[in-house]
Amino acid sequence: MADIALVDVPHTDPDEDQRSSIDEPTSRPRRVRTQRRGVGTYVLRAFVIVYLFFLVAWPVSLVAQRTFEGGFENLRGILEDPAAMQSVRLTVVVAAIAVVINTVFGVAISLLLVRYEFRGKRLLSALVDLPLAVSPIVVGLALVLVYGGRGGWFGPTLESAGFQVIYATPGIIMATVFVALPLVIREVAPVLEEIGTDAERAAHTLGANAWQTFWRITFPAIRWAVVYGVVLSLARSLGEFGAVKVVSGNLLGKTRTATLMVEEKYLNFDKGGAYATAFLLALVSVACIVVVAIIRPKEDDE
Amino acid sequence: MTVSVTRPDPAGERDAAGGRPVSGGRTARWRRPTAEGRLGLGARIGLGVTLIWFSLLVLIPLAAVVGVAAAGGWGKFWQTITNEQTFAAIRLTVGTAVGVTVLNVFTGTAIAWVLVRDRFRGKAVIDVLIDIPFALPTIVAGLVLLSLYGPTSPLGVDVANTRAAVALAFLFVTLPFIVRTVQPVLAELDRDVEEAAASLGASRVTVFRRIILPAITPAIAAGAALSFARGVSEYGSLVLLSGNLPYSTEVTSVRILSSLENDNRAGAAAVATVLLVISLIVIVAIDLLQRKLVRRG
Repeated sequence: MADIALVDVPHTDPDEDQRSSIDEPTSRPRRVRTQRRGVGTYVLRAFVIVYLFFLVAWPVSLVAQRTFEGGFENLRGILEDPAAMQSVRLTVVVAAIAVVINTVFGVAISLLLVRYEFRGKRLLSALVDLPLAVSPIVVGLALVLVYGGRGGWFGPTLESAGFQVIYATPGIIMATVFVALPLVIREVAPVLEEIGTDAERAAHTLGANAWQTFWRITFPAIRWAVVYGVVLSLARSLGEFGAVKVVSGNLLGKTRTATLMVEEKYLNFDKGGAYATAFLLALVSVACIVVVAIIRPKEDDE
Repeated sequence: MTVSVTRPDPAGERDAAGGRPVSGGRTARWRRPTAEGRLGLGARIGLGVTLIWFSLLVLIPLAAVVGVAAAGGWGKFWQTITNEQTFAAIRLTVGTAVGVTVLNVFTGTAIAWVLVRDRFRGKAVIDVLIDIPFALPTIVAGLVLLSLYGPTSPLGVDVANTRAAVALAFLFVTLPFIVRTVQPVLAELDRDVEEAAASLGASRVTVFRRIILPAITPAIAAGAALSFARGVSEYGSLVLLSGNLPYSTEVTSVRILSSLENDNRAGAAAVATVLLVISLIVIVAIDLLQRKLVRRG
């Protein structure tokens, strides 16, 4: 951000001058700021709409359609099945805990990366993006290799102390936190850069301590970024599948999350149940995006 | 912001706030708070706790993958990843991810262009559609694609259990990456320069090739790197869609999982290391590209 401020783009002014002088002799229509639409514009627009319709819109709406094919039977089947509700409850609890952890650490890491200088900062800033690029299966494997009760690095010690991680809820939470880790940081860090430090320093000179400065100056400025981060993390946490599959053991009624249930039901020829569960999960994640899409423009007005 | 009025900053003070690593000079005049970048006690504890947490959750586990893979020695590692079935899986995964990413470069840029430069009713819907693959649970994504391109397809197109299904799943889950990296850069572009070029007689194609394309290339590359990384590491959306047939539609992640389920941890770790190296290369590439983006402003 600092670099941007220093290297201001200088070439707008000279171009502005040239345009008025050179535009006149040519007979081509003047290009004004209002949109000039050629055939290309419509072709491109049509392509994008058709592409997204076939890739996203139609398939997603089919899941809704299949869910309600026999009326509300499929949905009722899920809602009245105690094992299914147990899965949903587990998913919600895990996601809630993961989101809280990721929010606290996400804001802390963002503050450290943007506001402070320390050795290894650049490395940390690159590494926090790593979970976005690592396969969920590799995430699960990595956690099993360290925390697995049989042959893991720390697992046997933890287990003899009575703390089971893998094939239990703590493992599911860790896997979920891992995969959703960068989302809050990616939302909050750019905003922190943008708001600068003027107000924070002013608060400090007026005698505010670090805690007061954070809650009364910094946090109000980044709160929308935090909200987006939380909503995106929530969507990601509710929907994690691969990493959870590896670490959970998929025990019915104990460690089977909602996404694992979709696979289970589909493979056991309970397609109605699979579609209904998938529909519920899709509903939540689409709601999350729509919420973000609705709040986001408001921030620009402020 | 009003608080700063009560005690006006000297003009120089503001400049220093913009450039982060200021050293000496004006700094001495006022006692700077921690905003200057030095770690106070609280921040130092915060950094310590954060690093321990990050190590326990991310660094040590990932190191364990490499460690377990290396424990068997180079020969064992090489033997594992050149195993015929494993190699077929790696080739399929990387090949499909490359192909899909190339396609995404064109479609992603086109979508970003339409989102930024075109105006029509319902554009907001497109904006939401782009994010759906990112937010949708991957297993649900697989089911979603299966409902239109599977055995019960209303279109009569059934790609389930074929390599086309792998490509389709990659295409779905990687959709947002290039769009979302190119879109903000395109929105920030200075339209005056394009108008100037056009008024100087440049055709639309020339304007795009000579003015717009150079400005958005780093963003396209960063998005392409993300899209490739996501494709290579994909698992969930393929479970129901691709059938995981060895030598045909089995991807690397599935191969790792089956090694693990057969209690072959060293084998799983070896293949996982290959994926990790790919992820690391991508992360470094993105880091470099983002620096380039920032320099360009």
